Amino acid sequence: MAERTDKADSVVVRDALGVGVAVGLSGVAFGVTSVGSGLSVVQSCVLSLLVFTGASQFALVGALAAGGGALTAAAGAFFLGVRNAFYGLRLSQLLALPRALRPFAAHWVIDETTAVALAQPTRRGVRIGFVVTGASLFVLWNLTTLLGALGAEAMGDTEAWGLDAAGPAVFLALLAPMVKSAVERAVAGGAVLLGLGLLPVLPAGVPVLVAALAAPVVLWVAGRRSRRRGGRDGVEERER
Amino acid sequence: MNVWIAIGVTALGCYLVKLAGLLVPAGVLERPLVKRLAALLPVALLAALTAQQTFADGRVLVLDARAAGLVAAVVALLLRAPFLVVVAAAVLVTAGVRAVGG
Repeated sequence: MAERTDKADSVVVRDALGVGVAVGLSGVAFGVTSVGSGLSVVQSCVLSLLVFTGASQFALVGALAAGGGALTAAAGAFFLGVRNAFYGLRLSQLLALPRALRPFAAHWVIDETTAVALAQPTRRGVRIGFVVTGASLFVLWNLTTLLGALGAEAMGDTEAWGLDAAGPAVFLALLAPMVKSAVERAVAGGAVLLGLGLLPVLPAGVPVLVAALAAPVVLWVAGRRSRRRGGRDGVEERER
Repeated sequence: MNVWIAIGVTALGCYLVKLAGLLVPAGVLERPLVKRLAALLPVALLAALTAQQTFADGRVLVLDARAAGLVAAVVALLLRAPFLVVVAAAVLVTAGVRAVGG
């Protein structure tokens, strides 16, 4: 008899597949956006195979489409990928993988696998959740990237079909759940101003990187304010 | 060639940060300031990217059908629509506005 805190393996598999399938289908949006940004079908598929972290992939093709250089475009994509290091940190304790397996598991350390794995109460559940989410998402994400890329190529003029609006809509959908407090709203607002304001004066791709400075600046200002109030209810307090 | 270099650098960089999380001792990334910054950097980048891809044409700021598409995406998000519906709403509205000559 399983205890209440134990989830049956089949329940974990079902939850994991639900996330893997739902998110895996959005590879279509990436394939469409990538080809719409001027990349080839092969380049789009290689990105999904080797990068396999959606926000970074969208950022890269968006920056390349805007005329950014290879390295500035890659830098933006890299910064968006940094959060995965923090997921790995949590997962490495929960998965407790042998060191030899970690280089293989690393490729699947992303938002969705972390979310499913962290929701499981037992180590067995964490491992099943991670593997099933990772496998289903990886297979579908790559298949749907190919379909989206082929479809966009067949359509020809991606602007007439409105496909150039897919990129910003994706970024907005990724951004929305992250903006919860006044600090996050200030960061987002500051980044928009910097990104748009500097666009005409700096080389392509660079304004986005400068806009990232909104994060440390807002943190610094928020930190000073909470210290001046003399309370400990500022930035630090919101740490979980 | 430029694109392939960007793909290579991104693939390598993104893989290495994923691996770093699994290999690095917990203490290094557990500092509150580092965690806080790591959570806020994506907010800044995504906000800037959303704005640029909606209002930029090369290095010129413009207001065109994409803005209407973004408004549709905002409405879909407020209605808690699934991810693909949000993207589809933006695409359809943008195409529609262009079709009627916007």
